[in-house]
Amino acid sequence: MPDLYQVQDLHLSLPDMTRKPLFGAAPRIEILKGLTFDIPKGQVLGIVGGSGSGKSTLGRAMVRLLEPTSGRVLFDGQDITHRDEGGLRPLRRRFQMIFQDPMSSLNPRQTVARIIAAPLSLHGLPDPSARALDALERVGLPRSFGNRFPHQLSGGQRQRIGIARAIALNPDFILADEIVSGLDVSSQAQVLSILRDLVRDMGLTLAFISHDLSVIRRLCDRVLVLHQGRIVEDAGCEALFANPQAAYTRELLDAIPDPDPENAWFARA
Amino acid sequence: MLDGRALVKRTAGLRLWLSVAWLAALVIGAVFAPLVAPQDPLMQDLFTARLPPFWMPGAEHGYWLGTDSLGRDVLSRILYGGRVALVVALLAGLATALIGATLGLIAGFYRGWVDMVISRLVDIWMAFPPVLFSILLIAVLGTGLSSVILAIIVIDWTRFARVVRAEAMAQGAMDYVASAQVAGRGRFSTVLTEILPNVLPTITVLLTLEMGIAVIVEAILSFVNLSISTDDPTWGGMIAEGRASIHQAWWVLVFPLIALFLTVLSFSQLGEGLKDRFDPVLQ
Amino acid sequence: MSFLKIRDLSVVLRGTRHRLLRNVSLDVAATEVMGLVGESGAGKSMIGKALLGILPRSAQVVSGTIELEGVDLLTLPPRQRRTLIGQRAALIPQDPLTALNPSRRIRPQITDRLVDILGWDRARANTRAEEILNEVQIAAPDRVLGSYPHELSGGMRQRILIASAFAAEPRLIVADEPTTALDVTVQKQILKLIHEMQALHGTALLFVTHDLGVVAKICQRLTVLYGGLVVEEADVRAFFRGPAHAYSRALLAATPRHSDPEADLTPVPEPVIAAVQEQVLAADRSWSHA
Repeated sequence: MPDLYQVQDLHLSLPDMTRKPLFGAAPRIEILKGLTFDIPKGQVLGIVGGSGSGKSTLGRAMVRLLEPTSGRVLFDGQDITHRDEGGLRPLRRRFQMIFQDPMSSLNPRQTVARIIAAPLSLHGLPDPSARALDALERVGLPRSFGNRFPHQLSGGQRQRIGIARAIALNPDFILADEIVSGLDVSSQAQVLSILRDLVRDMGLTLAFISHDLSVIRRLCDRVLVLHQGRIVEDAGCEALFANPQAAYTRELLDAIPDPDPENAWFARA
Repeated sequence: MLDGRALVKRTAGLRLWLSVAWLAALVIGAVFAPLVAPQDPLMQDLFTARLPPFWMPGAEHGYWLGTDSLGRDVLSRILYGGRVALVVALLAGLATALIGATLGLIAGFYRGWVDMVISRLVDIWMAFPPVLFSILLIAVLGTGLSSVILAIIVIDWTRFARVVRAEAMAQGAMDYVASAQVAGRGRFSTVLTEILPNVLPTITVLLTLEMGIAVIVEAILSFVNLSISTDDPTWGGMIAEGRASIHQAWWVLVFPLIALFLTVLSFSQLGEGLKDRFDPVLQ
Repeated sequence: MSFLKIRDLSVVLRGTRHRLLRNVSLDVAATEVMGLVGESGAGKSMIGKALLGILPRSAQVVSGTIELEGVDLLTLPPRQRRTLIGQRAALIPQDPLTALNPSRRIRPQITDRLVDILGWDRARANTRAEEILNEVQIAAPDRVLGSYPHELSGGMRQRILIASAFAAEPRLIVADEPTTALDVTVQKQILKLIHEMQALHGTALLFVTHDLGVVAKICQRLTVLYGGLVVEEADVRAFFRGPAHAYSRALLAATPRHSDPEADLTPVPEPVIAAVQEQVLAADRSWSHA
């Protein structure tokens, strides 16, 4: 099976505006320091790391919200590393993103139906409102929600709107950036289960960014562990949990508080 | 789930209606001044000089708020003066908002060198002391209503630009803007559909504030006789004249002052009330 | 005399009869760590806020007692209450970013409380600030005390907030989701720190969280809340062997655990939610008849 994404030696640095001199460019901070990996079609990839690991930046580079400084990103064989918006637009249908904070990723002054339908009308797809309501159903929400505004919904429901918006275009690839981090345990379980069903039913390729390994375990086939802009481990999901190779991975695994009141947790540094 | 928003809406309703009531009365009085005003605002008659308002002894019928030292009816002059105030408020306010907000949106969203140029322009522009600047402008352009309006626009557009730029920047960082980009929306289209609706409440408040400011600026200029060139009454002019006779006829100064105050207050409250009323987030 | 005794505490949305806390009763022993668990909107934060007197303006206590070492906080006049709370209790807030004033250095933010509310002199307050920063394992406390919040990392700021809470040797600390905003590795360090500080100072702790995993590691007893109603109160070990209430069981089933990697994360089933909602409604019915 051909690879949907190929990332080769990806570097990305951003200007450090806090240290900008009066004249001249700001010094750059390197966030991604040479990442290489492929994502085969149909795979669910987990990208895990702490804050500052660069996982969000990696996600945004993959959907070209940010432009890499060097290296290559190929989507379905096409080099999208330095393409401009015009060149990217025909491809934009095929890769979509779901954002972490549903409050800032849904325009508070647009109705739910409009939010979901917007990308559809942008790409000239017929019948955007009908498709938007279909998408609502697919994520398990009633069609009547179309007339509501984001602030009238709960966190879990808003996150499902974000998912509906992403799948409405019927993309090949979805990037989910920490989408369950702010949710209740119950809403979290619900969102994950919806995602799992959608991946299976729509044949999606999914990249799931999270800092929570226990969530990743439920969803992903393969895991990339990022630490300070580098990949420290790249393994199949169960293999990683059974036998973590990198020290940082072990540290991450140890940090998860299991709902089991055994005493030794604090002792394991 | 309920929260304190219900309380906000209640008080917003009252002040909105009060300010709309005053402004509506002002607009009707100004537009229909020839029909509504009891007297000719320009007619001088020394026999009717310094008549007090209707509730005081010595008042005459038909001169409800009294007359000034030249015998001209205060109420009629206030109504006609209201015309000047409203024209300035509307034209200067809208034009300032349009220019300032557009530049602010462009600077705040597109960033880069466009932002640098516009921001430096705003900074330099704002360094000029506004009152001196306007007097200088009028000296160059000559007196008259259009000069007054132009002076206000030239000075105050920076207020909008600064604030709208900050808001546009904050909006630009929102994930729904990123989402629009991921969906393939062009930058200009994004400004219109995603950013502008969220900045509109602020622009509305600023606009009504600006209208109030425009009224005051015109009053200041007409106070120092740099506003309209004809004999038509202005509130600032009335206040200036009223100063001279404040001990004998306080009403000549006080009533235009009250009209000025109520108008400016109503504009600002109107803005707050409108913003709350039409914001779907608060519903 | 019991240490903290809350009885029949009800809080409403001001101006309505909609209850945010429904006849909440619970007991905390001195030096005990009690977890307050529930989903968002369950009212777990509200209990701590009612105790500390920092309820939002939109909320209002309508009934109940909160007895701290025998004194009913709700019947005290406001000034006395503030003084008592200032001396005996403290808060570890959720967001280290907004809990510190960005325009002031760290030192006055710790010492102000000691000087103003406890009446200490500056010198003693300064010494204590350094001491307590040492206790939370901040190296170079002098430099940190002279810094501004934005110069420090999130984990460091949370340490400072913890230090600040323990500085005046309070008898009770309310920790309001103190690790929710933190990275998972930092969370473990902070939890470990809280655990050690609590043991060292013997402070009672009301630990608010939505994460059952955290409760398991740090609490001795827990109270499960739904819709402002106490659903279950139990000893932690007994609870995790098998919760008594169906809703608690469902919450546990939705929480990922290492020991059972194959288990599907099931959301709380509809019938369970319906049952606990019925419980809430029944509580309201009996309340409005009282």
